[in-house]
Amino acid sequence: MNTPGLLGRRLKSGRWRGPAGFLAVALLVLAVAPATLSPFRLELLAKYLCFAIAALGIGLAWGKGGMLTLGQGVFFGLGGYAMAMHLKLAEAGPGELPDFMVWSGVEELPLLWEPFRQPWFAVLMVVVLPGTVAALLGLLVFGRRVRGAYFAILTQALAAAFVIWLVGEQGLTGGTNGLTNFSSFFGLDLASDADRRVLYFAVAAVLGLMYLGFRHLVASRYGRLLVAVRDGEDRVRFLGYDPAVVKTVAFTLSAISAGIAGALFVPVVGIISPALLGVVPSLELVFAVAVGGRYVLAGAVLGAVLLNYAKTTFSENFADGWLYLQGALFIAVMAYAPKGVVGLVGQIRDFAATRRLGRQPAGDSSRPTRGPGDDEPARPAEAVDVEKEAVA
Amino acid sequence: MTGSTPAEPQSATNGHTDSADGGQALLAIRGLSVVFDGFRAIDGIDLTVREGELRFLIGPNGAGKTTLVDVVTGLTRPTGGSVVFAGREIVGRREHQIVRLGIGRTFQTAVVFEELTVEENVDLAASFRMRLPALLRRRKGRSDKVASVLDRAGLLDLAGQRAGVLSHGQRQWLEIAMLLAQEPRLLLLDEPVAGMSRAERERTGELLADVARDRTVLVIEHDMEFVRTYASTVTVLHEGRVLTEGDMAHVQADPQVREVYLGRSRDTRAAEPAAVGAGPNPEGAA
Amino acid sequence: MNAFANQLPIGLSIGAVLLLIALGLTFTFGQMGVINMAHGEFIMAGAYTAYMLQDWAGRQAVLVALPVAFVVAGLMGLVLERALIRRFYGRPLDTLLLTWGVSLVLQQAARDMFGAPNVQVRAPSWLVGGAEWFGVRIPHARMFIFVLAMVCVAGIWFYLARTKQGRRMQAVMQNRDLAACSGIATSRVDQRTFFIGSGLAGIAGVALTLIGPVGPALGTYYIVDAFLVVVAGGLGRLQGAVIAAFVLGLVNSYAEFWSDASLAKVVVFAVIIGFLQLRPQGLFVLRSRKLT
Repeated sequence: MNTPGLLGRRLKSGRWRGPAGFLAVALLVLAVAPATLSPFRLELLAKYLCFAIAALGIGLAWGKGGMLTLGQGVFFGLGGYAMAMHLKLAEAGPGELPDFMVWSGVEELPLLWEPFRQPWFAVLMVVVLPGTVAALLGLLVFGRRVRGAYFAILTQALAAAFVIWLVGEQGLTGGTNGLTNFSSFFGLDLASDADRRVLYFAVAAVLGLMYLGFRHLVASRYGRLLVAVRDGEDRVRFLGYDPAVVKTVAFTLSAISAGIAGALFVPVVGIISPALLGVVPSLELVFAVAVGGRYVLAGAVLGAVLLNYAKTTFSENFADGWLYLQGALFIAVMAYAPKGVVGLVGQIRDFAATRRLGRQPAGDSSRPTRGPGDDEPARPAEAVDVEKEAVA
Repeated sequence: MTGSTPAEPQSATNGHTDSADGGQALLAIRGLSVVFDGFRAIDGIDLTVREGELRFLIGPNGAGKTTLVDVVTGLTRPTGGSVVFAGREIVGRREHQIVRLGIGRTFQTAVVFEELTVEENVDLAASFRMRLPALLRRRKGRSDKVASVLDRAGLLDLAGQRAGVLSHGQRQWLEIAMLLAQEPRLLLLDEPVAGMSRAERERTGELLADVARDRTVLVIEHDMEFVRTYASTVTVLHEGRVLTEGDMAHVQADPQVREVYLGRSRDTRAAEPAAVGAGPNPEGAA
Repeated sequence: MNAFANQLPIGLSIGAVLLLIALGLTFTFGQMGVINMAHGEFIMAGAYTAYMLQDWAGRQAVLVALPVAFVVAGLMGLVLERALIRRFYGRPLDTLLLTWGVSLVLQQAARDMFGAPNVQVRAPSWLVGGAEWFGVRIPHARMFIFVLAMVCVAGIWFYLARTKQGRRMQAVMQNRDLAACSGIATSRVDQRTFFIGSGLAGIAGVALTLIGPVGPALGTYYIVDAFLVVVAGGLGRLQGAVIAAFVLGLVNSYAEFWSDASLAKVVVFAVIIGFLQLRPQGLFVLRSRKLT
């Protein structure tokens, strides 16, 4: 293989854009940001990165897999509570009760809590709890060919039920207040700025690794299969694959990424509560991915950071107006920019082409006629997602 | 597997079968019936396809041809009857399970995955027996199987193109390529040459004849010239039942067939003057 | 045994509420495959209509509000359909998210117009109090809601089965293309469908004022349950919605009775998942014959 030739061809085809872009972002996140931002702002960025981790999963399940999952809050919460339970127990000390239990007069540690004293168990649960719930739900629901909007509604119902349960089990989960007041995180002192920087780097590293992992997955055969299932689930059956399994894998991975995001959110923001997990926050996670660009993983990450940044900024200045803005933005994105910010470039380019040529382009903005190797797919046809198939 | 065992005597068909015929019944359909809300789409069909055959399934619209294929591939559940493939009952199995047993099909309107490249489409079709861990790995280059299928279907030049930009005929070839990549024992093709140009039809016919040399093929077709050129055995369906079966000469001579076709639509007769019953005085031919 | 029997009327009354809420959804969902996440806000609009009419109609506000809320919510639905929804026909998931955006805007608007805290609508005097039925005390308000739900179902059934408009609506619901070819103005039918579906939400909102306070988030409490009724009942089928609503209402009340309140919703969810294992298409499906 002629290496300079190969390199030259890669440069020409635009393939270099991927790794170069990643490196540029990595530089920004790992070097520029910690150097220029105040500890407070850096902490906010760490929070955004947590949401970005969850967004990766949604990008996979929804963007690539076509599964609109409106209950990611559940998985975020499962991971978050698993971590929080451990942190509370770790800070209380061996054999002791967490502070909030002491204050509410609880005498004995609930059985459910006890195993979370072990750090390895908690970390394992961060992945296993959301993963198992998702795998079970996925197989049960996709196995019966329930999909599209019906699936979306079921995930919403799960989120709603989960929150109600959390609130109701005051002694077990801290009820409406959730779990808060964490002092340390695996040796890091959460009151120290220096240690919080380390936490920031940890979050960024996790995001980076997961991003690379998901990218590899998307480029693998399974990734192509997932896209095929999204665009033609019934056709895929006739290729000999069981779409239920394909979808469940992606759905489970999305749940795990949400769980990890929740687990990291706990030390970064310092709280996990039902208010962060219900129907509305779950929708916001999806919304972020829609804004950034659901068809590309990078878009999902971008959307999470952008949207949460906007939320913080606007809530600071125009608290009331934010909800109007959010709603309007949502409508605008879904209506006019379904490929999100990332897709805007393509859309503008197509629009300019229309104006220049004075007629319709060969395809609309959802079908860019760029060369192969481009990983920005067009909007798939959402054929008949609503109809569930009859069993017989 | 093919060409070594003598043909079994067939009471239903009096036409001779292809010389490459293996003789074992690969697909045996017995007493099949499919009823949709009172409408009898299939009304008692017995059909046998032997290993190595190239069988054509013809009949007017609504005869039940596609429904038959739908039942065999598991898309539609029959209301009665059995379908035995290579000794196994397949009624009640799920679509992907039936594919894994060795039955593949194409659809009337070619459905390919537009976002993936031609090569990725074929590769996906070829990889279905892989286990999940293997699927998680990135594809390294082009496998031999995929390369040979692409070559056979004439799609090598288009391998890197998004399937969405293909022309109608190319899409149909891609569908056939995907079917070939699955390496099924039984291939079911639903109107593979619909809408193709003459040259494309010829190419497809050659490809099918080539494929039929080492696999069993069942083709649903309307294009009578295509049928006449490539068919050895033909089964005619009408209103959910088998009307007649045999070689092309036998079928063309059958007065029932002519009535069904001619009585149905005089215009098609005008468009295809050589459709059925061409030749000297068909009266009195049994 | 007595406690068991006690739950029955509670379950039926929850079912009646669910039915009212879900009735409009089966229309819009069944007709156009549109998931209207703003449906909950149409319910809220109906409730606030009753609230606003209080100044004028006093304690009879609830009765007066019924037709008014129907029109108000119906018009809101119509505007939504014309402005947004009809552009996204065939994209159900996008419509779902889109209408959620609308829902956010409407909720905030309600907060700005009426304030964030809950408000009360006073029921008419003849609806206060309850009666003893087989040893169980049932509030008059809940009986009224039950009757209201039945009246609405009967009215909708009559409309669909006996009026020309209704039959056209059924035609579009069963086979849109064929209906269009038969000369039915499908877009007008869509508008009517959305109007009626949203109007029913308005009526549901008025009914809800009888059993609880009214606030900007009223819709969000019930929207998920309403969609579950539609999922379980089958796409767009009236009988399905009726049966599913009452069954879910009963499941809800018995689940609350046997476990504690917080686990009840989880139980309901599990029951639905279980039910979908047996009948993934819901209770009733429109069976269409395949012609190819």
